[in-house]
Amino acid sequence: MASTLDPRRKRSTIVRPGDRIFSGLSTSAGILILIVLAGVAAFLTIEGIPGIFASPDDVKSGQSFLPYVWPLVYGTLIAATIALIISVPIAIGVALFISHYSPRKLGQVLGYLIDLLAAVPSVVYGLWGIGFLAPNMAPIYQWLEDNLGFIPFFAGPASATGRTIMTASIVLAVMILPIMTAICREIFLQTPRLHEEAALALGATRWEMARMAIFPYARSGIVSAAMLGLGRALGETLAVAMVLSVSAGTVTANLISSTNPSTIAANIALSFGEASGKTVNVLIASGLVLFVITFLVNFAARAIVDRRKEFSGAN
Amino acid sequence: MAKSIDVSDLNIYYGDFLAVEDVTIPIAAKSVTAFIGPSGCGKSTFLRSLNRMHEVIRGARVEGKVLIDGQDLYGSDMDPVNVRRMIGMVFQRPNPFPTMSIYDNVLAGQKLNSKRMKKSEADDIVERSLRSAGLWTEVKERLDRPGSGLSGGQQQRLCIARAISVEPEILLMDEPCSALDPISTSVIEDLIHELKSQYTIVIVTHNMQQAARVSDETAFFNLSGVGKPGRLIEVGRTETIFSNPTDPATEAYIQGRFG
Repeated sequence: MASTLDPRRKRSTIVRPGDRIFSGLSTSAGILILIVLAGVAAFLTIEGIPGIFASPDDVKSGQSFLPYVWPLVYGTLIAATIALIISVPIAIGVALFISHYSPRKLGQVLGYLIDLLAAVPSVVYGLWGIGFLAPNMAPIYQWLEDNLGFIPFFAGPASATGRTIMTASIVLAVMILPIMTAICREIFLQTPRLHEEAALALGATRWEMARMAIFPYARSGIVSAAMLGLGRALGETLAVAMVLSVSAGTVTANLISSTNPSTIAANIALSFGEASGKTVNVLIASGLVLFVITFLVNFAARAIVDRRKEFSGAN
Repeated sequence: MAKSIDVSDLNIYYGDFLAVEDVTIPIAAKSVTAFIGPSGCGKSTFLRSLNRMHEVIRGARVEGKVLIDGQDLYGSDMDPVNVRRMIGMVFQRPNPFPTMSIYDNVLAGQKLNSKRMKKSEADDIVERSLRSAGLWTEVKERLDRPGSGLSGGQQQRLCIARAISVEPEILLMDEPCSALDPISTSVIEDLIHELKSQYTIVIVTHNMQQAARVSDETAFFNLSGVGKPGRLIEVGRTETIFSNPTDPATEAYIQGRFG
């Protein structure tokens, strides 16, 4: 009692040890992630800059840095984009089924299975890509060449092994599906009942309700999910390195031939073992390029989401 | 266009649980009927059964008959989606779509009917609906702004505009003023008076004065005990129910002696 009567004490806010510890922990966690990120960026920059200006003799293909890295950037973006195009609609569909269509029990089991899929190591996906998907896709590629060969994507000659950039993209699509599905599902489940009922009371069917209430509400979450998936697709190394049959320096719209561009991450993994001296710097520089691409893509996605911020329902 | 509602021997279940038992009530076209009663007595459930919104909850079903101008609401040829397009609903908490502008919110129901319409036609519907909801002068300068930026009372009137933009036969209101301040409440009560000339209105309210002010008929619902189903105790002219109710429970509730 005495302390509350003391006028000096009355003014100062009471500091509780629990608050102190928690704010200390969360602040240091936040600072730590910034330090780690800055450390990675600094390493990539310092080690990468000599690589960017390396003489053509030090670059594996015997060219200067830009012509060397361009096909890799191209391959990375193509593979990740196709993966995203395939898996975003599937992820949204599966998530919507689990959250709003399926019986609750079935939804729970499905959700559990999908989370499990996220835990499969990428080497297993790589093996699946080589051993199952590629041989089974080969006849399809042949068919695409025969029937849709006039489209540049399917110009052929079709790969006999099936180890094409298309196969790699499909493997990537399967790999990024679980994380995107899991995030979409959580966000769909959080759609306020109020908005769902508003749509239903206007006479919306279930699908119209999804379009009217769920998707707009989940928009920024879907973009975040896609960005996480894209991040994984851009950076995936082992599965791509295993599946893809690479011809260095290729830049082609053809998705089904046996001459494919590699991706940055796969190229680093495949080349690192035999690299030395400046060649290592060149590889690190390509890693820096990947880092910048990822950063830009995320930045652009945030900008898109923020553009309609006041319509997000957050206010 | 307003239609009458005729409910006979209606039981409403959630799974095996009987929530509302044996309701028989006639509701005249172009009248305002208020449902009053303590919380959990099933008046909201009953209201939602009038446009089949209770079916949104898993396991909900009804027994008995609801006739809208003689047409069986639960007949095998009735699609709940069409029922809800015919019978509009306003909820307890204002729920405009936060991702849509005021303009698009009003037109949300029209879009579902997927009628292609000209811009001028759409503009007319928006203006007419917002005027009927008494909101036009307040928002006409900012129709492209998000609906969630309005005040609570304005949002609720926006929801009313959205509900009446499709010209429903009947308007159901589930405690439309319980989240609003007294001034917004009185604006909406005035609105109900005006809408009565065009629509059949059924309103659930916890506010006794509100029931007395806005309604022509009042129905009192009550529970016979915890875990027992809600029942309709009595229904009649609002003046009669408030001045001279038949059932002692109604009198006790209206005078604030319980509930």
